[in-house]
Amino acid sequence: MRTYLARRVVQSLVVLFLVSLGGFSVLHLAPGGPIAIYTMSPTMSAEDVERLTRLLGLDQPLHVQYTKWVRGMVTADWGRSYRDGRTVGEVIADRIPATLVLMLSAFVVAIVLGLATGIVSAVRQYSVFDHAMTLGAMVALSIPTFWLGLMGIYVFAELLRVLPPGNIGTIGAPFSLADRLRHLALPAATLGLVMVATWSRYTRASMLEVIGEDYIRTARAKGVAGPVVILKHALKNALLPLVTLAGLQLPLIFSGALVTETVFTWPGMGRLFVDSIGYRDYPVLMGLLILTSVLVVVGNLVTDLLYAAIDPRIRHA
Amino acid sequence: MTRISRREVLQILAGGGAAAVLAPGLAHAADTPKRGGQVVVGLSQEPTVFNPLRPHIEVDRGVHFGIFDSLWRTDDKGQFLPNLAVEIPSVKNGGISKNGLEYTVRLRKGVTWHDGKPFTARDVKFTWDLVMNPKFGAYTKVGYDVIAAVETPDDATVRFKLKEPFAPFLTAWGDAWIVPAHVLEGVADPNTAEFNTRSPIGTGPFKFASRVAGDHLVLAANPAYHGGAPPLERVIFKYIPDLTVLYTQFKTGAVDVTGMQGISAEFYGEAKSLPGVALHLHHSPSVEYIYFNHGKPWFKERAVRQALYHAMDKRAIIEQVYYGVPKPIEGYLPSTSWAYNADLPKHEYNAEKARQILDEAGWKLGADGIRAKGGVRLSFTNSTTAGNKLREQTQALLQQNWRAVGVDMQINNMPAAVIWGEFYVKSKFDTLLVGIQASVGDDPDCLNRIHSKYIAAETGSGRNVSQYKNPQVDKLLEDGVREVDRGKRRTIYVKLQETLRSDLAYLPIFSYVRIEGVKQGMLNYKPNSNVLHNTWNMHEWGWRA
Repeated sequence: MRTYLARRVVQSLVVLFLVSLGGFSVLHLAPGGPIAIYTMSPTMSAEDVERLTRLLGLDQPLHVQYTKWVRGMVTADWGRSYRDGRTVGEVIADRIPATLVLMLSAFVVAIVLGLATGIVSAVRQYSVFDHAMTLGAMVALSIPTFWLGLMGIYVFAELLRVLPPGNIGTIGAPFSLADRLRHLALPAATLGLVMVATWSRYTRASMLEVIGEDYIRTARAKGVAGPVVILKHALKNALLPLVTLAGLQLPLIFSGALVTETVFTWPGMGRLFVDSIGYRDYPVLMGLLILTSVLVVVGNLVTDLLYAAIDPRIRHA
Repeated sequence: MTRISRREVLQILAGGGAAAVLAPGLAHAADTPKRGGQVVVGLSQEPTVFNPLRPHIEVDRGVHFGIFDSLWRTDDKGQFLPNLAVEIPSVKNGGISKNGLEYTVRLRKGVTWHDGKPFTARDVKFTWDLVMNPKFGAYTKVGYDVIAAVETPDDATVRFKLKEPFAPFLTAWGDAWIVPAHVLEGVADPNTAEFNTRSPIGTGPFKFASRVAGDHLVLAANPAYHGGAPPLERVIFKYIPDLTVLYTQFKTGAVDVTGMQGISAEFYGEAKSLPGVALHLHHSPSVEYIYFNHGKPWFKERAVRQALYHAMDKRAIIEQVYYGVPKPIEGYLPSTSWAYNADLPKHEYNAEKARQILDEAGWKLGADGIRAKGGVRLSFTNSTTAGNKLREQTQALLQQNWRAVGVDMQINNMPAAVIWGEFYVKSKFDTLLVGIQASVGDDPDCLNRIHSKYIAAETGSGRNVSQYKNPQVDKLLEDGVREVDRGKRRTIYVKLQETLRSDLAYLPIFSYVRIEGVKQGMLNYKPNSNVLHNTWNMHEWGWRA
């Protein structure tokens, strides 16, 4: 087990290095640069542009910049935002709470509803409910999130006026839980709805496979009650592929949902990413890239370890 | 298609606080704002840089107007208003020496910083020192680097000694924001000081109160403001990245003022019928141009520039693409400028004339329907910010217009961070479709944008990105910055506009008109085309009692 872990960690570090090298090159070699946002200002001259470029160290050869960045990274210095000069850690940390709240709410919606509908669909395969869910999932997966979000705003905020059209809270009002929940409802539902479809389909497929197994028939033959067979015997084994799904979606919790965050003006990581691309804020973009990569790597590792915990047949050596 | 008549415009303006602006004589007592309340300004970009001397974008400036003061400001009529100075220096009051080399500014006494410390002449000198400090990443040095020395004979007097006469000095220092010496002096690195992002301290009407990154920031009234405590309790800047969402939030009442880009033209028709809302048509100093790269073979010839202008259906662009909101223009200055030349010849859309001019200049139609002369085909690209729908539609119209006279224009658009980088600064384009504010503040000077000495692609200096060269224009520009008398300067710039129009250095299309929405009952919202942001007078904002 220990050698297995050590091997995985080393592998992960290699992956992270390659990701950073690739990301850094792509970002810097892509045309454009962080000074472009200033050039249209009436007072900005070519000397100013050159002076600012030099101050950001962007006049240095690429490998020098990369080496400098790696050296910083190793000593936990992620650099400073080109836009406002704050440390990358601070810029990112500021956005994590909002993203966590939104993503976790959406996940709860998705997992609870997804598991429930998935199980019922599997147990009552080809029933009206199952067909309705299949159709619903197809629709939910096909609708663009921004459209769904805008429709939500139109119906609930503009027509019915029961929910706010966006934002994380009433502007200018002190924090209150009720207010936060009201503002959370639409974005979490929008994001959750799309994810419900995924979870529902996975659960259904996985359950169907398990329900057909011999041991389920045996359990039923023993006279175990229907719900117990489904929830205890079937679901437990059907969970395995779902753990993979959860592991794959872990980075999402932190990386945010840029479309939903834009439509609902939610100040999360997705927005930060989009804004930073617009500003060509390389240090922040690299920070986000590394953070997301670490989460992907960790997500995969945790998934593999969980497999062993859930399925006694799997042993890591 | 929506068209606005003059009457409609008047109705719209009369609908809200603008009535008070247009006819101050009619303003009644009820228009004095009550104490208290808040205003939410919706912005489509997020203000994050609070040190006014650091590189920033326009929305940052909007916040600076609340927190900081400059020596004077330019009001919506183009007049300087004393701010930290007691009066505007002039030759007459002895503030400006006869040779234009010395400016003496008397400062307001009894002004305090938000932390209670007194403001003195030392702060003004420190501000200049900081900008000139090579280790400090200052946004611009325009107006600072013409100064040889700053002297502070006493706490309430500052004397600027210039290296050479520089007429736009007053304008430049109207946008020079004074920062506190006692806070920034001892800081290890002024580029990364907490002051810049977390705890800015100014002398302005509002104090920095709080900020939620990516969402909003709150400014709270400064009761000790030297201009009197502002009526509002606080002003909130709310970041709403999507313009459609911004408009929706304005419609539902979450946002009181739509800042910067305002309301998109496509919503104008609907916005006019919104209850409880006043719309302002704000004439911004930016002009939409076809910007030529005079370094490219096609545009060296005046005949080509002239023909392209005649072949452009300006009216269709304004009416069909921009819903008739912006106004056609012939020069680089907005009609609100004191140096505006109202007598420039009007653009005439005449494709036949365009063909004739090109024929006469020897550009003969080829077999492919495109003109050519001496082996050069009249085929070039036009670039603008990718994703800007209105500009893309404009390009499509122009493409047809010019194709009809045998000119081929290819569209080559790029994201903002690409096009406005080297591509723009180093003059790598053929033509641009671009909105440019050529003058700084209310001053008509545009020396380093049009003078042939300021071609960055050649000398690495200035921002004459179109590489335009015209000795007559150079001369006028030089005279303009040397002359201190406004009446004489006006004559120079009137002539300059005439010369540029007749030479068609650029093709002006229209002057920007922004549609700004303000909730009814909000008083003293005064769009000001002489400053970068309409929050310039937020210390006067308030709600009707």
